[in-house]
Amino acid sequence: MPTLKVDGQDVTVPQGATVLQACEAAGAEIPRFCYHERLSIAGNCRMCLVEMVKSPKPVASCAMPAADGMEIKTNTPLVRKARQGVMEFLLINHPLDCPICDQGGECDLQDQAVAYGFDHSRYHENKRAVSEKNMGPLIKTVMTRCIHCTRCVRFTEEVAGTEEIGAVFRGENMQITTFLEQAVRSELSGNVIDLCPVGALTSKPYAFAARPWELKKTESIDVHDAVGSNIRVDTRGAEVLRVLPRLHEDVNEEWISDKTRFACDGLKRQRIDTAYVRRDGRLQAASWAEAFEAIRMNMSRLEGSQIAAIAGDLADAEAVKALKDLMGKLGSPNMECRQDGARFDVSAAAGWRFNTTIAGIEQADAILLIGTNPRVEAAILNARIRKRYLKGHVSIAVVGPTVDLSYPHEHLGTGPEVLRAIADGSHPYAAVLKNAKAPMLVLGSGATARADGLAIHGLARKIAETCGLVRDDWNGFNLLHTAAGRVGALELGFVPGQGGRDLEGILEGAMRGEIRAVYLLGADEIDMSQLDGAFVVYQGSHGDAGAHRADVVLPGAAYTEKNATWVNTEGRVQQGRRALFPPGEAREDWTILRALSDVLGKRLPYDSLAQLREAMADDAPLFTVVDAIMAAEWAPFGAEGAIAATPFASTVSDFYLTNPICRASNTMAECSALHSGGAEKATGTHG
Amino acid sequence: MSVKPAGAYEQPKTFSFTAENQAWAEKVISKYPKGRQQSAVIPLLDQAQRQAGGWLPRAAMAMIAEMLGMQMIRVYEVATFYTMFNLEPVGRHLVQVCTTTPCWLRGSDEVLSACKSRLGIDVDQTTADGMFSLMEAECLGACVNAPMMQINDDFFEDLDAAATVKVLDALARGETPPNGSQSGRQNSAPAGGRLTLLEPVGES
Repeated sequence: MPTLKVDGQDVTVPQGATVLQACEAAGAEIPRFCYHERLSIAGNCRMCLVEMVKSPKPVASCAMPAADGMEIKTNTPLVRKARQGVMEFLLINHPLDCPICDQGGECDLQDQAVAYGFDHSRYHENKRAVSEKNMGPLIKTVMTRCIHCTRCVRFTEEVAGTEEIGAVFRGENMQITTFLEQAVRSELSGNVIDLCPVGALTSKPYAFAARPWELKKTESIDVHDAVGSNIRVDTRGAEVLRVLPRLHEDVNEEWISDKTRFACDGLKRQRIDTAYVRRDGRLQAASWAEAFEAIRMNMSRLEGSQIAAIAGDLADAEAVKALKDLMGKLGSPNMECRQDGARFDVSAAAGWRFNTTIAGIEQADAILLIGTNPRVEAAILNARIRKRYLKGHVSIAVVGPTVDLSYPHEHLGTGPEVLRAIADGSHPYAAVLKNAKAPMLVLGSGATARADGLAIHGLARKIAETCGLVRDDWNGFNLLHTAAGRVGALELGFVPGQGGRDLEGILEGAMRGEIRAVYLLGADEIDMSQLDGAFVVYQGSHGDAGAHRADVVLPGAAYTEKNATWVNTEGRVQQGRRALFPPGEAREDWTILRALSDVLGKRLPYDSLAQLREAMADDAPLFTVVDAIMAAEWAPFGAEGAIAATPFASTVSDFYLTNPICRASNTMAECSALHSGGAEKATGTHG
Repeated sequence: MSVKPAGAYEQPKTFSFTAENQAWAEKVISKYPKGRQQSAVIPLLDQAQRQAGGWLPRAAMAMIAEMLGMQMIRVYEVATFYTMFNLEPVGRHLVQVCTTTPCWLRGSDEVLSACKSRLGIDVDQTTADGMFSLMEAECLGACVNAPMMQINDDFFEDLDAAATVKVLDALARGETPPNGSQSGRQNSAPAGGRLTLLEPVGES
């Protein structure tokens, strides 16, 4: 723990900290371009120069390890002059195009030029010009503005693990590019836009759309996967212009996936902005009263057992709670929130949560991934596993399809027979788990969304118990969900009640005419053709599969348009805030259910969001605390049973098209086309 | 920045080392400890450039990336960083005239203009018959025999316009002119004969 003096003030920093970190600890702000706390140190921009007593020259504080007895000065004339010199060099070749640059107003170079720049240039030579580089449909490049900090190069190499961006040529001719200008294929590529300290890499979909000071910024929660990344939604008027990450060390650090960032144009297309009622075989626009009346006509004469409800992947906990209570009042036990047909045991919370927690991955030293491809199911979580891999001394193994996870791993096999062998100790990996200090397994939906899911869930529990994954201070059993609404619905008990039907039961019942009415709360991923015999109500934000099949469509709000709660795969309760109002007649989802309950004569007992949230907390105490994790108690779950030998397969086939919002997004469609191999032609070196 | 090829050319679709070069490459790779095989990238690129006739086709870089388990962009970074790697075809004789200060003081301007007029091309160009490419080079480390030029692997030193043209003429005729000093001195021995140590130093 070295102690050093910064501007006359003593600070003590951890061993291995840099002078820059010591200066920050002492409250001195150090300008920087290339240094970033989550990337390796490059030390090439020289903006962070400070004066060190007894050193003949200023030192780059980002690359200088803090040592005992150092004396650092950050605000002397020498430091100022040195930084002004660096800034002058940086500006030699940087164009003066701030008025037409998208980074304007949120540009590190602009801000620091105010502090350290001159009001004129001493250079009369031409500035260098660099041609634009194609980096795909997400990243727009203006490479003349590049100051060669190499943050983007280090990001793709270290965090994303794809090594796609590089610096070619040398010296003044150095250029940042991808090989032969191929599109960046990483699912985390958008983060280089945030990392770029100048306007060299900017967002292509957001190009020339707005200035940062025109935007209303709302802090919210992402719903495109079950990670619950913390986001900031930037809106202007009735339009979401962009989504940016918000810092949360335990969830997404400061990264978000490309789907989280770029699917926001889907919020403007395919929107349901008024109610519809099917008349003469066609959906026709209707008023709320007409729509409710149609539902009352068709549902009020039905028995409870003839009604079913399915909650979708994006459903917020408030709407799920309201729908569950409504189903209770209608006397129906037929509720299901697992649209992918997953069949894990819902009796114990420890069986369906990511118990280790996302931050806990960094403590693990043996990781077994079963039937999951976290890179597409939860890209941010995969980045955390990669971060763990980079620290070293970890054994990562996969049971399931062979995939590129962006870090090396051992492939043990594709099917459940490997799990059986690990559970009875005959597989060598059982010993690896037993000898590990903090072993963990991740059970994906590829392993549970199959007919023998319950038995596989039980088998995974057996592995956890026999291989020492669960101790008093460590829980290494994890279920990785793919849907943002799933865990919240499970916590609230939106699962088949006493004698209730699960997803397969509901669909079969609808085919046989035993289920006469189905309420879809944003559920679009099921096979709609099986609902042919039933009266279908669809409540949601987008005209996707569900709305096409529905007899009555109720316009709901998308995730940016409501104050709502989601529970991420860890069991972390997080609240999103309304950034703008839903379009047209659309309303927040729980209020629709509350109004409908009145029409059906089954009034729900809450009139405000606060009352509803109280009722949620009564159902599941974890809703009382926002952004905290209540560890789930270990309890037996799963079942013994026959297990088919079929290999596991991931349930996410296309990262970019997993829910109605991304399916409505042009940007996501472009990415999907590119990555499925259609749009980009081979370049001669392939083959 | 780089030499323009004589005319249109095609990137070969595939590239593979000859059996001999393959064996050589494996030997080079085995020099590095396990997990550090990527260190062999420069010798392998150089060998590929020699095999391909003085330039590095993309297919060769792709093959080397595959051999060493590297991403293409990483190999490309190395190949673009070093000026000794040519990313486009060059003439059979790549003439690199040193124009850094010591050579310049000793008359590299004369050498360069002799090259230009003898070959009929400007710097960074290739003759139409594909025999010669001309480029300027930064200090090649033979300042003691300045001015000098490098043609493929050989240094030609102590040049003037006449000596330069003589070397180029010989190459054009398909001969191999003697490399090293063109003024007749041995290596970098004093140009006008010895001035010191004229007599044996007495026993002491």
